[in-house]
Amino acid sequence: MTPRRQRTLVVIGILVGAGIGTAVALTAFSGNLLYYYTPTQALSKNLGPKDVFRLGGLVEKGTVERKAGSLTIRFIVTDNRNSIPVVFTGILPNLFRAGQGVIVNGHMSNRGVFVANQVLAKHDSDYMPLKLYNKENGTRYTEPGQMNRGAGYGGP
Amino acid sequence: MAPELGEFALVLALALAALQAIAGLAGPWRGGEKLMALARPAAWTQLLAVAVAFGCLTYSFVTTDLTVRYVAENANAAMPLLYKFTGVWGAHAGSLLLWILILAFWGGAVALFSRRLPRVFALRVIGVMGLVSLGFIAFSLFLSDPFIRALPPPPSGADLNPILQDPLLALHPPMLYMGYVGFSVAFAFAIAAMIGGRMDAAWARWTRPWTLAAWLFLTLGITAGSFWSYYELGWGGWWFWDPVENASFMPWLVGTALIHSLVVTEKRGAFKGWTALLAIFAFSLSLLGTFLVRSGVLVSVHAFAIDPRRGIYVLALLAVAIGGGLALYAWRARRLAATGGGFGLLSRETMIVVNNVLLVVACAAVLLGTLYPLFYGVLTGGRLSVGPPYFNKVFIPLMVAMFVFIGLAPSVRWRRGNWRELGRRLLWPFVIALVLAIIVGAVTWNGGSMVLVAGVALALWIMVSALAELARRIIQAPAGRRLRLSRAAWGMTFAHFGAGVAVLGIVVSSLLSSYLNTSLTPGQSAEVGGYRFVFADARRITGPNYRGEQGVFHVFEDGQRVAVLRPESRVYLQGMPTSESSISWKPTHDIYVAMGQAVGEHAWSFRLQVRPFVRFIWFGGILMAFGGVLALADPRYRRRKTGGGGP
Repeated sequence: MTPRRQRTLVVIGILVGAGIGTAVALTAFSGNLLYYYTPTQALSKNLGPKDVFRLGGLVEKGTVERKAGSLTIRFIVTDNRNSIPVVFTGILPNLFRAGQGVIVNGHMSNRGVFVANQVLAKHDSDYMPLKLYNKENGTRYTEPGQMNRGAGYGGP
Repeated sequence: MAPELGEFALVLALALAALQAIAGLAGPWRGGEKLMALARPAAWTQLLAVAVAFGCLTYSFVTTDLTVRYVAENANAAMPLLYKFTGVWGAHAGSLLLWILILAFWGGAVALFSRRLPRVFALRVIGVMGLVSLGFIAFSLFLSDPFIRALPPPPSGADLNPILQDPLLALHPPMLYMGYVGFSVAFAFAIAAMIGGRMDAAWARWTRPWTLAAWLFLTLGITAGSFWSYYELGWGGWWFWDPVENASFMPWLVGTALIHSLVVTEKRGAFKGWTALLAIFAFSLSLLGTFLVRSGVLVSVHAFAIDPRRGIYVLALLAVAIGGGLALYAWRARRLAATGGGFGLLSRETMIVVNNVLLVVACAAVLLGTLYPLFYGVLTGGRLSVGPPYFNKVFIPLMVAMFVFIGLAPSVRWRRGNWRELGRRLLWPFVIALVLAIIVGAVTWNGGSMVLVAGVALALWIMVSALAELARRIIQAPAGRRLRLSRAAWGMTFAHFGAGVAVLGIVVSSLLSSYLNTSLTPGQSAEVGGYRFVFADARRITGPNYRGEQGVFHVFEDGQRVAVLRPESRVYLQGMPTSESSISWKPTHDIYVAMGQAVGEHAWSFRLQVRPFVRFIWFGGILMAFGGVLALADPRYRRRKTGGGGP
């Protein structure tokens, strides 16, 4: 084999490798996008138990219920127009609180309850709580240790 | 007084950076001897001025001067002294000042250690460094001034974000920035070489130590961040594919590709254009990371407060760096034509091409996953996120291929390898790795799986082949010189071996960890991973700037008490709750308890975990960085004469 042909082979190898990489990336990509909906959007979409998505809104005051000593908690997420009841079993993020923003990952059950496998609490980046400066503040989300991913690196 | 002095010093630094850029870049062009003589002193005095500014801000923090707005927002008189120091870089404005300090430090170091380089080339490097400094100092002064006063001062300061009040955070951002910013040196070397139109083996030899230094700091920074996440933020998770983690990981991937392709450019004079591109992209990705973190466009635990002007400014810097770099490349690329000669299909060169392709594709995949939510939001107005499963699915196969090649590459000759020789050299490492992995599989027969055996085999393959290659080189070296093998070879061995150690930690801890989320009241107990966790007691605690509850756990194995753990659930002065985990470090595994919120009277939620081999991940990272230190210590980087060709 001449050096030239060998180099052509190397180039073809690179292209094939990069192509396979891209194909793998795009396949994995399309299956792992999590869309974010508000309760109003979610209800208008007629989502079934197989559609995993993120639901975002406020934890409605007075709706947080927990049987003492159990890790299962129920609450209602609202965008002040529509609401969806949510059930979650696990450790809540430290910042979870009634009246605060929340994002939950999961799916709708057949009975219209959102079954969450992950809860992220929203906290204002004005967590610098003196509010010295009344700037527009963005929001951030945390959950207990950002944990509980599916297949995982990092996750147990 | 201190803030005004700091402000003044920063303005001075801005002027000095401008002078440094002009003297370094315009000096050689216009041929002004006096102007050229100014470049180095400008770099040093700029470093001095920035250091004074940084010192002033630190002073304001330590004395908790609440009239300074940035201090009032991030410090509190009750805070422990250590966090008054580290609080300086706990939020946007101060961490930007740290970034500038480190940039000035690298600039000063380049000015000091570039005297042996051709004069015009060295001046151009210093000039480009000055230009980068200019961009960032202006950013600090005009868009995020840390020295602004707020009068009247608030009665008491806010607090540093409690999750940042941790000793390791003293280390993590400076290390990370040393790495990020360090790639600006490789960038400046590439730009200077392209302006001069000459890039050869000598150029690669000058660039390598700087790139290695940046790379090893970035490695340490990422390792420290991952470890911090494990015990402070992560409840036992150590990597989340969080956008800000990705922002530090992408320059690392390209930087790793760069240190390898520089080897080819130095030894064989090949891949010059590609190496220059990698140098441009490594630094551009650092800038992109800065943009992602500071513009607030991405939702992340690490992100700083939002100010759209900052985002636009960093984006403009990024556009200048990438656009300018690529334009220069397009203009000069033909002059960088390869002189290195050909190489065979089986050769070290090919191996490094494979390394580079895999690393760059991995980086592109991470980039896609990190930026896609942004594009989607801009284009459709909707919101989505790309989950960790995407990253794992793309990243793991690429890395598996990478790890197979890590074991092969060092045993392949330059130019033209020999299949038979390669087989002879690697047969035993392969067999040893396989046998050991099967033994591991047999021992962990209950919890293990084929994936575990394959993963462990891969990790051992990397480690054993690295050692075998080192042993071969020592044996084949002439008697008497055996232990004086080049430090670069030792460095490579350590770095590759460290990668194997990290892979072992990742595989075993991901597949064999056990955990349980549960609620317990004092007196109750739970069984996890062969241990009995007894929740003995809960007591109230009061710290300097927080209150909370502490759980006391007694951990038993076969009736013997092996550990007492005290996880805490704290609420800081300003109302932010945090969880402090408690970990018992056993030789092969960690016993880990984290305490969540109260779920009833005298009942709390807990996460109990047993994580085998998890510390190997960070130990591997440290070994890799140590390999970088060894390679950096290679005497040939200090050799006086700089000949044209490779050795």
